[in-house]
Amino acid sequence: MTSVAEQLGIIERISGPVVQASNMRGTKLYDVARVGEEKLVGEIIRLIDDVATIQIYESTEGLIPGEPVYPTHSPLSVELGPGILRQIFDGIQRPLPIIRQMTGDFITRGIEIPGLDHKKIWDFNPTIKVGEKVVGGDILGEIPETPTVDFKLLVPPNIQGTLEFIAPRGDYTIDETAATIKTVNDQRINLKFYHEWPVRQPRPFNLRLPPSIPLITGQRIFDTFVPIAKGGTGAIPGGFGTGKTVSQHQLAKWSDAKIVVYVGCGERGNEMTDVLREFPRLVDPYTGGPLMDRTVLIANTSNMPVAAREASVYTGVTLAEFYRDMGYDVAMMADSTSRWAEALREISGRLEEMPGEESYPAYLSSKIAQYYERAGRILTIGRNPREASITIVGAVSPPGGDFSEPVTQNTLRIVKVFWALSKDLAARRHFPAIDYLLSYTLYWSSLEDYYSKTVNTEFPQLRAEALALLQKDKELQDIVSLVGPDALPSSEKIILEIARMLKEDFLQQNAFHDVDSFCNMQKQYLMLKTILRYYDKARDLYQKGADVKDIFEHSSTISIARMKYIEQSEIETKITELITEIDGLTPRDFGVEEEY
Amino acid sequence: MTTEKSFATREFKTVTEVSGPLLFVDLHEKGGVSYGEIAEIETVTGERRKGQVLDVSNKLAILQVFEGTTGLETKNTSVRFLGKTMEIGVSKDMLGRIFNGRGELIDGGGTIIPEKILDITGSPINPSAREYPKEFIQTGISTIDTLLTLVRGQKLPLFSGSGLPHNMLAAQIARQAKVLKAEEEFAVVFVAMGITADEARFFRDDFEATGALERAVLFLNLADDPAIERILTPRLALTTAEHLAFDHGYQVLVILTDITSYAESLREIAAARSEVPSRRGYPGYMYSDFSTIYERAGRIHGKEGSITQIPILTLPNYDITHPVPDLTGYITEGQIFVDVGLNRKGLYPPINPLPSLSRLMKDTIGKGSTRDDHKYVQDQLYALYATGRDLRDLVAVVGDESLTETDKQILKFAELFEDKFINQDYHENRTIFQSLDLGWELLAIFEDPYKVLKRIPAEIIDKFHPEKRDQKVDFNSVDV
Repeated sequence: MTSVAEQLGIIERISGPVVQASNMRGTKLYDVARVGEEKLVGEIIRLIDDVATIQIYESTEGLIPGEPVYPTHSPLSVELGPGILRQIFDGIQRPLPIIRQMTGDFITRGIEIPGLDHKKIWDFNPTIKVGEKVVGGDILGEIPETPTVDFKLLVPPNIQGTLEFIAPRGDYTIDETAATIKTVNDQRINLKFYHEWPVRQPRPFNLRLPPSIPLITGQRIFDTFVPIAKGGTGAIPGGFGTGKTVSQHQLAKWSDAKIVVYVGCGERGNEMTDVLREFPRLVDPYTGGPLMDRTVLIANTSNMPVAAREASVYTGVTLAEFYRDMGYDVAMMADSTSRWAEALREISGRLEEMPGEESYPAYLSSKIAQYYERAGRILTIGRNPREASITIVGAVSPPGGDFSEPVTQNTLRIVKVFWALSKDLAARRHFPAIDYLLSYTLYWSSLEDYYSKTVNTEFPQLRAEALALLQKDKELQDIVSLVGPDALPSSEKIILEIARMLKEDFLQQNAFHDVDSFCNMQKQYLMLKTILRYYDKARDLYQKGADVKDIFEHSSTISIARMKYIEQSEIETKITELITEIDGLTPRDFGVEEEY
Repeated sequence: MTTEKSFATREFKTVTEVSGPLLFVDLHEKGGVSYGEIAEIETVTGERRKGQVLDVSNKLAILQVFEGTTGLETKNTSVRFLGKTMEIGVSKDMLGRIFNGRGELIDGGGTIIPEKILDITGSPINPSAREYPKEFIQTGISTIDTLLTLVRGQKLPLFSGSGLPHNMLAAQIARQAKVLKAEEEFAVVFVAMGITADEARFFRDDFEATGALERAVLFLNLADDPAIERILTPRLALTTAEHLAFDHGYQVLVILTDITSYAESLREIAAARSEVPSRRGYPGYMYSDFSTIYERAGRIHGKEGSITQIPILTLPNYDITHPVPDLTGYITEGQIFVDVGLNRKGLYPPINPLPSLSRLMKDTIGKGSTRDDHKYVQDQLYALYATGRDLRDLVAVVGDESLTETDKQILKFAELFEDKFINQDYHENRTIFQSLDLGWELLAIFEDPYKVLKRIPAEIIDKFHPEKRDQKVDFNSVDV
């Protein structure tokens, strides 16, 4: 390095996670600096004359003014190469299991370890020949990273030229030369099996595509009523105890994205352990392998340093973009973006910035917007662009469950899907406790076509009918709570009963039940169809004289309630049987004698 | 601390400002003071106090003074920086002893020789080193054991309010808590923050009377002790708890009372530093600060011991949206609600299961740990009690004429549930099997169990329902 690198800064002041250092001229904003004799990791967040303000990703206790600061002259970056999947990182891509080997059960400071394993041997298979012209985003070869995911070695963005050398099939560590590219100015660039990328800079893509494919999650409330598109953005706000985290886990487990990036941002340690314990055991419904094979976890629990929490969502989304660039659909979950916003607030307070609403910084909304804008269904760069997507779902933890607070409001301005968790439903043990009337999706119009074509042409119709029933039920419930159910006419009692079926037998889904945890689209469609068929039948039977109470105590209502526990493989036959049974019901079955 | 920086202690007589709990010291560009360092402050009368550096540059150090700043002045106060961060000497011999909020012995007993000196800030447990908590702790209280199971390594707060018997409840839990199956060493670390001398005496007497004191360590910061000291007290206690749990293999139960007073001390310091306040004047980093206390609960792979926390919060005006319970709820694994309404009815312990929750119970209860009907019984009791309370409201408005027979039975069930199940004596220690059987007794009032008890599978009803089961079967053993 040049002599600039040897110029050391000097710590002037320390206040919590923020340090000011002088003699820092020549460094750039968002450069990483190693602070103090222990070389704590920090990032420059403000420059005035030669004084840099640095946020530190580790505890600053024991730092003394006068200790040196080592500028690195590069921004906070992650290593992008094989070995990311199955790993669990902290907020700045340090693998937690390796930290544990180095320092024991508690995380100490000043640990310097690379994000990727540089000793591991990978089996590389080139898919391109010497002499070809390549540009950023082109695939050079493949590595089976896990049994279910093939890692694609890409030409990093902003590089183009003629391929002069490509490593032949064989075993390599990521530090070996994978390819040599000769640029137009006759420069030779040696590519390794990994490259670095600054986390705050979105990776380039070719073109945005319309959000016309749903992200299937296996959760009935999501897929049927409030779907999210691949490449879409969604938020789950809810007070504590409403099931935010379980909903996020369900999405991570069952969504049909190829890659899942799960960021535990300022949340509970035991919850992260639950993910770590459960994911390797769970079977991926799409590949049959362990879910962990397509998952990367980023864990920055609430008691880990606050600045690293701020960085963790960027680390997560950069890893997501890397797999997107290979052509995969990626789902990214962040639990919880409120903790991230609080980290922004804490740092902003230490910088003595002018506060905005509820003392969050004034730039909160633009930060949130920038983050969610990194989602999208896109065409990748490269000579053969591939369709790929990043779907971002953020949990929001509004204080006191009050949705009018700034983080929730700023998030809702950006995201297109709103899954409102309701304390009321949670208290009634209606899980997932997602308010089916308050929640909304702005993707339905662009997804409707897909549902008609791939699920069933009548599906959009059924969905609309069910939603109308639930809406009507809400109105009737208001009356019932005033005057009791007996005051309603029978036609409306039927609506109440059918809505109860929709709520209990369709919307309620048991995340901890082996079969019910995941429900494919076909099953969702058939379940919905059956319930609505019973609605038609009930109205018909009532017209012919059957008693409403008898209609809803009939044994087929028990079969309807058990639909959710039918295995996916048997669903077609069993539900066809059930529908036939329902169709065959006559008033006679309900004790009505004469025909008319 | 991970590294040793050697420097002589440095003394300054240049206090420039005393403001609230803070002391400003001019360092004359000599610096050498580290962030978080502990200083000894000597007043003009020779009294010594301790302070910690909150902000430091070469020119100026800002200290928070734990014993308060009363009597300090700018002329003759001297400040000696000790070259270390806040530490506590820990030892197994601390069991049975009583300390003040600064970690000094106040029981008149002999000095303890520490086995280790530890930094009280602690380090975060590596998430990949954590073991998922799933061992049942029997508290002997039916509502908790059955509906809100406490799990070893969990942090489960009591959300209470002024005038409610949360202290009795906490003392009862401390006295009765045990792990089924194994004989294991239990210890209690009791942390008082800003409670009254009466309340502290209650705990002390209760521990003494029941013999729990021998296996307890008490840290007492009382209402008339300096408020800033409260920042220290829980950290001293948790460092001790970590030593007992992870070095000596104790199952440690930490009771922290009252978190609301702790939060007020945080607010006081933040205000003194003219920080930009967040909700209700509490600092924006209160969540992060709370987490450094609560997240010290847990279990670690390959270690015998565990730390289970029961923090007690008095909710101002019973308001759950207040920042203290709100931020706590986001970190802890559930909450136990001590309810004003039930208390007014004269029930003890007045735990309302409906807004309460134990997040970790799903993996803890059932076959092999408690009993295979546990999951279903708790679900059914909860559902029926919830329906019962709804019906009660409905009856209050429209009368009971429109109720069905089942509805009337459910109403009766809700009454019985409160009187027999929730209600129990302060000295009554029910095993989980007694609690479950009691639950069944109440469920047996329904004439058609298969129809009403929708959340219990038929085979479980057949096996456990008092009228169906074989009376000779002894259920009072762990069902493996």
